[in-house]
Amino acid sequence: MPVILNHLSNLIDAPRLVTQTPLLRASGLKKQYGRITAVDDVSLEVYSGEVLGIVGESGSGKSTVLRLLNLEENVEAGDYRLNISGLEAINLFTLARFQRREVQTHHIGIVYQNPHLGLRMRYTSSGNVAERLLITGERRFATLREAARVSLAASEFPLNRMDDPPRVLSGGMQQRVQLAKAIALEPKVLLLDEPTTGLDVSVQALVLDTLKRLQRERHLAIVIVSHDLGVIRTLADRVMVMRHGRVVETGLTDQVLEDPQDAYTQQLVHAKL
Amino acid sequence: MTTSLAALAAPREDYSYAFLDAYAKRELRRRTLKAIAIPGYQVPYASRELPIARGWGTGGLQVTLSLVGPESVIKVIDQGADDSVNAANLRRFITRMSGAATTTDALQATIIQSRHRIPEEVLQENQALVLQVPDPEPLRAVQSDSSKAHEMHADADYGQMWLVLYEQLVRYKQYIQGASYPSLVNGRYVISPSPIPRWDTPKLHQSPHLTLLSAGREKRLYAVPPYTDVRPLEFEDIPFQVEDQRGWICQHTGAQNKFMNEIPLADGTAAYELSDTGYMEKLSAEANGSTRGATYYDDEGNFYHAGYLKPPVQPD
Repeated sequence: MPVILNHLSNLIDAPRLVTQTPLLRASGLKKQYGRITAVDDVSLEVYSGEVLGIVGESGSGKSTVLRLLNLEENVEAGDYRLNISGLEAINLFTLARFQRREVQTHHIGIVYQNPHLGLRMRYTSSGNVAERLLITGERRFATLREAARVSLAASEFPLNRMDDPPRVLSGGMQQRVQLAKAIALEPKVLLLDEPTTGLDVSVQALVLDTLKRLQRERHLAIVIVSHDLGVIRTLADRVMVMRHGRVVETGLTDQVLEDPQDAYTQQLVHAKL
Repeated sequence: MTTSLAALAAPREDYSYAFLDAYAKRELRRRTLKAIAIPGYQVPYASRELPIARGWGTGGLQVTLSLVGPESVIKVIDQGADDSVNAANLRRFITRMSGAATTTDALQATIIQSRHRIPEEVLQENQALVLQVPDPEPLRAVQSDSSKAHEMHADADYGQMWLVLYEQLVRYKQYIQGASYPSLVNGRYVISPSPIPRWDTPKLHQSPHLTLLSAGREKRLYAVPPYTDVRPLEFEDIPFQVEDQRGWICQHTGAQNKFMNEIPLADGTAAYELSDTGYMEKLSAEANGSTRGATYYDDEGNFYHAGYLKPPVQPD
């Protein structure tokens, strides 16, 4: 009998959560706007290939967490590390503006709820994507065209419209351009801030499909913020529930959404279902 | 022995030499030195009031007045012409205030103040070219916040300038910026080289003369020192081009492959004449023994730095 057990353990790998270290690790994040504490002692870890969902009501600080993870703002306190060669030992919040931008450009992609935040509406869609490569110093026009084409195709954007400006595109297509822009430099981390809010249900499903496929193919570490529990259920492996800038509950998606422990989470889940 | 009070007093002068007071000139000279020390960097300066309106060349005029001396020879150009009202006014003002001589010959001048053009003849080491600049900030089109633009200059974050070029290539298959073509100076700062046509932008590259660019209203000046690299922004696979004026022949002198003014005619066709009137004068007077210097572009249209301008390529 012990022989068979031993044999089994050779066949089945230990779970990745045990063998790997997380790609993204943030701890003790604290952010204040004047007297208001938007984020208070939030810690999170995300492994590559994993999707972490952050849910909570408006004003709970979930979007602020995402902005902090994108290094857009400074924190009052906190430690943020990416397990990427050359960066392991650095708290990213201590970096100077210039180095921050390097990390942001090369390793982090972000999709905003409002496409106006992430896109230049008057420039072409392909130009929006190509800009990421221009920032890194690519100076060959043919290479930029090709990269824009590849990225837009990966986010399932119709290529015959690649030179249309986002302002003439539908909401779903604008999100696809944002996504193409976010993955253009093949980052390890993808941050999604309510990526499908404001889209109708059928388009929402298509965009979610694309996200799922990308996550599978590219082994990205994804953090998705949403107040839509349906989106979280479809996409996320783990869920973190936030309220008043604090984490109230965290766990596997099914576990948290089916059997919520915290009173607020129970309210949230029932309000939705 | 009696002396009158009037004899003891210093002779009354209405204005300081070259109009600006000593402090203003010192300010300008210091800023100019800084600008030369950091090629392409926009140095802010205390811009003074002058008896012409902002936007009419006050930036260039202040720099000229801070450089001028009694032995200077001044040439003032407006859109290539020495005889336009603005050029004539500025020239008269400078000479009246400084006693400097004037000329229309680009090679005789020690200081050339210009709007929109660089002369056709290759300027020399003893010459300074002062360009009047309406808008010194090349990033204005992509970043309206000037403090952010300042940060972008500090980081050499010029990706967005290439994005503008990308957009032009996608929409029009060519770079369409006609004047003030953004250029990288000494591999570091992108400048807006005043609204000179693309034709003149390469003339700044490795030039023997000093170029000073000054914006009076925006209160900033910058410089291209002699023998400094100036590269127009371009993609590696699609080279920068100057205006295509092949086949345009000056109706007065028969010259070609120099920058031309296009004169529309009543029958719908166009005639052409040299934009640089000083050079046109020289060509006309050549029969009388006037000699002209080497030009930046030869009569076949080849630029004097071989290999600097690449042959055209059409994007797909």
